[in-house]
Amino acid sequence: MDTVANVRIDTGPPPGQVYYRHRLVTRLCHWINALSLLFLVMTGLNIFDAHPALYWGKYGANPDHQSRWFEIGAMDAPGGAIRGVTRIGPVMIDTSGVLGTQVEPDGSVIDQGFPDWVTFPHNRDLATARRWHFFFAWLFILSGLVYFVHGFATRHLQDEVWPRLKQLRPANLWHDIVIHARLTFPRGAADREYQVLQRLAYAGVVFVLLPLMVLTGLSLSPGFNAALNGFLPSLFGGRASARSIHFIVMDLLIAFTAVHLLMVVLAGPYNQVRSMITGRYDTGEEPE
Amino acid sequence: MTILTRRSLIGVGAGGVLLSGCDRLAESTRANDFVAMAEKATYGWQRLIGGQTLAQEFTPADISPVFKANGSTDPKDDDYRRHADAGFANWKLRIDGLVRRPLSLSIADLRALTARTQITRHDCVEGWSAIGQWTGPQLGPLLKAAGLLPAARYVVFHCADTYGGEISKGGAQSSGRYYESIDLNDAFHPQTIIAHSLNGKPLTVAHGAPCRMRIERQLGYKQAKYVMRIEAVDSFSHLELGKGGYWEDRGYEWYAGI
Repeated sequence: MDTVANVRIDTGPPPGQVYYRHRLVTRLCHWINALSLLFLVMTGLNIFDAHPALYWGKYGANPDHQSRWFEIGAMDAPGGAIRGVTRIGPVMIDTSGVLGTQVEPDGSVIDQGFPDWVTFPHNRDLATARRWHFFFAWLFILSGLVYFVHGFATRHLQDEVWPRLKQLRPANLWHDIVIHARLTFPRGAADREYQVLQRLAYAGVVFVLLPLMVLTGLSLSPGFNAALNGFLPSLFGGRASARSIHFIVMDLLIAFTAVHLLMVVLAGPYNQVRSMITGRYDTGEEPE
Repeated sequence: MTILTRRSLIGVGAGGVLLSGCDRLAESTRANDFVAMAEKATYGWQRLIGGQTLAQEFTPADISPVFKANGSTDPKDDDYRRHADAGFANWKLRIDGLVRRPLSLSIADLRALTARTQITRHDCVEGWSAIGQWTGPQLGPLLKAAGLLPAARYVVFHCADTYGGEISKGGAQSSGRYYESIDLNDAFHPQTIIAHSLNGKPLTVAHGAPCRMRIERQLGYKQAKYVMRIEAVDSFSHLELGKGGYWEDRGYEWYAGI
């Protein structure tokens, strides 16, 4: 008995504290993905500013008022001023200074879709934005493929990300919601695996949102569409619809990222960020 | 008011550092050359999987009620105006360059050729799209009739319009005359036609009268309007700024399949 205990102490911290949580490939893909998404969103918003309107259907251009459900624009206001206006369906919102118009350092107001500080490059430059967008799209897709192959091969996706059946029981779901609301996250042995809400969020991103982003993005490529004779845009109800979904899913990914970053801060940023760099995660002591 | 305050705070704080960092990156020649690798990857990949597959064709019910006209919509060039005033009766489309028998076709000749009619979607680089029915002879058989030489690698479309958009990006050194170029895969693609009609009517000036290109697997800026000369070349580096097209000379990709 004594020898066993000694061996344990000599080989590292006791179980229930620091353990190897994230494999190297997972960590690399995470950071490539984070960088790619940052550039894809910032260049994507610059591209969007070239035609800041969205439509439903097979086509959509300036004359197609009926199918246009979203637009950002500038309107003339009394006194020669301009107002930024965002329209979602029938709802018009004054978004002066944020969407539609922006205030320049010299105080003048100019016509601008998304503000320049969220776009890359930060001036309006469709050509440059497109080149960077497609570079990071390639990087994103290739690292995504590596992540999926590795994730399935190591059972990371099946065992560690996909929700367990028993976790999906209403009582457990409610329990996890309460934990999140009270910010009393499990520590110790119970923290060696993801809880159900975290699994649902990650599985939703990995299996739904990111693949949707790739497929709706490819639906916009006339060359790729021809290769599949229009299969992809038809899947989403047409190219204009695919472009709308591409934009909506981007918003959902931004929302996920905001919550994800918030949870990292609330759950202990040092430990969380370290685990995604070195792989080593400290579950801490079990309470009591 | 709160929004303005937040904006100005970001301007002087961490956001300011980020902005200048982004500016340096976006203006770096090396960084831009590096990300330009994506164009070659996309071109290679789409040629590999695409072969000669057709772009999706639609039914008459899918046609856009109003087909948006973009780019030059009313060229002011003297030569073009004279032709337009004469109803393009004296317009000649030349097919020359690396060919054995240069061709010169009037619009009547063009209309007399076997035509292909296709209802396709036009995808603009800006993000909008429109569906229309195009009619005109295929380019491939015309190139064969002209006796394309083995040295030819690209086909250049010389247009009659001078376009003044975005002179900021190296445009000052170019004449501003619109032109475009494609590879032979696209030149011989069944849907690559010299369109003389849109939705069953002769092209209007806004849509490129008397004839324009349809290259259905690429974006709108490849669909050269007011085409007066089709030149087979082994390289386009001697033309204008050397990038193979008006928008290419202003930073856009030569391969516009995405």
